[in-house]
Amino acid sequence: MNTYDFHEGTAVSTILIKGARILGGAPADILLRDGVVAETGDLAGARAGQTVDADGLVALPGLVDLHTHLREPGREDAETVETGTQAAARGGYTAVHAMANTSPVADTAGVVEQVWRLGQACGHCDVQPVGAVTSGLEGRQLAELGAMADSAARVRVFSDDGKCVSDAVLMRRALEYVKAFDGVVAQHAQEPRLTEGAQLNEGEVSARLGLTGWPAVAEEAIIARDCLLAAHVGSRLHVCHVSTAGSVEIIRWAKSKGWDVTAEVTPHHLLLTDSCAETSPLGPYNPLYKVNPPLRTADDVRALREALADGTIDCVATDHAPHPVEDKETEWGAAAMGMIGLETALSVVQEAMVETGLLDWAGVADRMSVRPARIGRLAGHGRMIEPGAPANVTLYDPSVRQHVDPSAMVSKSRNTPYEGLTLPGRVVATFLRGRPTVLEGKLV
Amino acid sequence: MKRHLISTGDLTRDDALLILDTAEELARVSQRSIKKLPTLRGRTVVNLFFEDSTRTRISFEAAAKRLSADVINFSAKGSSVSKGESLKDTALTLEAMGADAVVIRHSASGAPHRLASWVRGSVVNAGDGTHEHPTQALLDAFSIRRRLGRLEGLKIAIVGDVLHSRVARSNVLLLHTLGAEVTLVAPPTLLPVAVGTWPCQVSYDLDAVLPKSDVVMMLRVQLERMNAAYFPSAREYSRRYGLDRDRFARLHDDAIVMHPGPMNRGMEISAEVADSPRSTIVEQVANGVTVRMAVLYLLLGGSEPAIGGAE
Repeated sequence: MNTYDFHEGTAVSTILIKGARILGGAPADILLRDGVVAETGDLAGARAGQTVDADGLVALPGLVDLHTHLREPGREDAETVETGTQAAARGGYTAVHAMANTSPVADTAGVVEQVWRLGQACGHCDVQPVGAVTSGLEGRQLAELGAMADSAARVRVFSDDGKCVSDAVLMRRALEYVKAFDGVVAQHAQEPRLTEGAQLNEGEVSARLGLTGWPAVAEEAIIARDCLLAAHVGSRLHVCHVSTAGSVEIIRWAKSKGWDVTAEVTPHHLLLTDSCAETSPLGPYNPLYKVNPPLRTADDVRALREALADGTIDCVATDHAPHPVEDKETEWGAAAMGMIGLETALSVVQEAMVETGLLDWAGVADRMSVRPARIGRLAGHGRMIEPGAPANVTLYDPSVRQHVDPSAMVSKSRNTPYEGLTLPGRVVATFLRGRPTVLEGKLV
Repeated sequence: MKRHLISTGDLTRDDALLILDTAEELARVSQRSIKKLPTLRGRTVVNLFFEDSTRTRISFEAAAKRLSADVINFSAKGSSVSKGESLKDTALTLEAMGADAVVIRHSASGAPHRLASWVRGSVVNAGDGTHEHPTQALLDAFSIRRRLGRLEGLKIAIVGDVLHSRVARSNVLLLHTLGAEVTLVAPPTLLPVAVGTWPCQVSYDLDAVLPKSDVVMMLRVQLERMNAAYFPSAREYSRRYGLDRDRFARLHDDAIVMHPGPMNRGMEISAEVADSPRSTIVEQVANGVTVRMAVLYLLLGGSEPAIGGAE
């Protein structure tokens, strides 16, 4: 066995991956050397410090998450950069975008640089901080977007996620302003007045359960407005966690106009519906299913899957949102919103998209690595596994099925909505610039 | 019967009739000078009230005491108990104290379901948020059956703030199970958007529904809804959906008027309608104790006859 110098963050040797199916294709060998993919193909004669048997495994470019809550600074009881990036690596990710709603808020160059440096120090995956659009996420005044863009963290994605930039003028200015440094505003689309006290998708289930409804129109109205604003000022808009069939229609329309609009969908919105709040084996009103935007209907799930398949929705983003047990072991109304998702994302996408024939593995690579890296302007990620590309590789075994065990997760939190389910697939290994962060399914 | 009573949707027709028939038996006891039965001697019933509701609490308290249960009143409002973590801690405390039944009133929909996952005893929902209030629906059904002799085939109008009403939800499910035809009447703003999926009819026009109704159940309308633009003014609400003397005159002669209380006299119901002989409002209160006795008895009493050997 060879050795690695983790503190330098560079591989000191070569790794030969034997017999992996790149993007699900025919078996091939992949040689990783000095942080890049050196060669692919039949490399029977190649010498390497370490050989990884990848017989039957699918090789994907390292996954990129546009939407992760690492909780540090401020809520280290829920997650830290260390544990969150460990969860990411375990889920096959080599880069995550850390959302800005920390405490203090990531609305200055100082905070984004702190988060970026924490990510560098941990080394499980790259941490690309997202900057807040408005100071303190308060929706009143622009944060110093340019300072964050120019900082060591090189912020390109700006979001008040958790809150909507609902003021139309502020949103317009943000969209215009970030053009100066090729930024993008990632909007949490939620009309605040239409969702006061909202608990669950407004529909049949919320009516029966007596929970205040979160109507689809509250998301769709903001997306429509923002698409028009982005077109008007010629800027780039990204829509976070699209959850409704109507939103899909609006985004499809905006794209048909040639406007620079991108969108993401979460794994949970691809698999679960609001009926979970009523009929889950874990009992009705279980806040594990409480999330914002809420789980929607089966029709919405169908539309989201189709939109991800046809590219209307560009990518899958986890919205990994860790919460401590006491914030979920409550009555529904008092519980925190959010679900963890990094460690299950690829399995859920396999279940929802691959097993259904909607995406092949090349499609999965595109939606979970290539496109999110492009939206986030991460040059070192989302590249095909070809000679010269950074050696960010995920090896995945799609042939197994596993029972989801919250206690086996490496995230500091346990709030997975897949508890009790059996999902396909397992991440076997993850390589970050040629260095394994996960081997044999375990953190290195 | 299930172990808990959380939603009337969980009751089969046989369950519901068993409760009403048991209540009928127990009602006879209420007419005696000594109203107490030994049935639940040695059992502990906790009234866990996170919301003020003196009426419901004393009704459950009277019901449990008439069955000789030990009653502990736990009023959580205003104490440090206001968040979910405390609901679980409170549940574990009650569990440790050996509560056989917990009667819970809570402002959060679904709180009784959560409680039921943490305690071994029976959970009785005494009203949870805007979800359900099953004993109110049972006492309403009991009151209707006593007055009109049946439930099957009756036309029942439920009028008012259905959107925020736990009484309406429990009644729609229960009355449907018992064969009545329910029509909800409200301004569209005070109906859930998916109300079309409920087992009932919906109308926006009270005047059209009244002449066909055997029972008119008026719901309390909270004035603060006006501020959230559910309706323009109390006066307009009252004009369109209030049960006043003129509308009352349009009911057929045997029709009855109900209200779960507390009433806003002059808003959803006029004083003379509330006080008329065809109003069941006071009976509903008396029947509440009887029906809650039946519920506690059936959940806790096991197979012994309810009033066997009571003399």
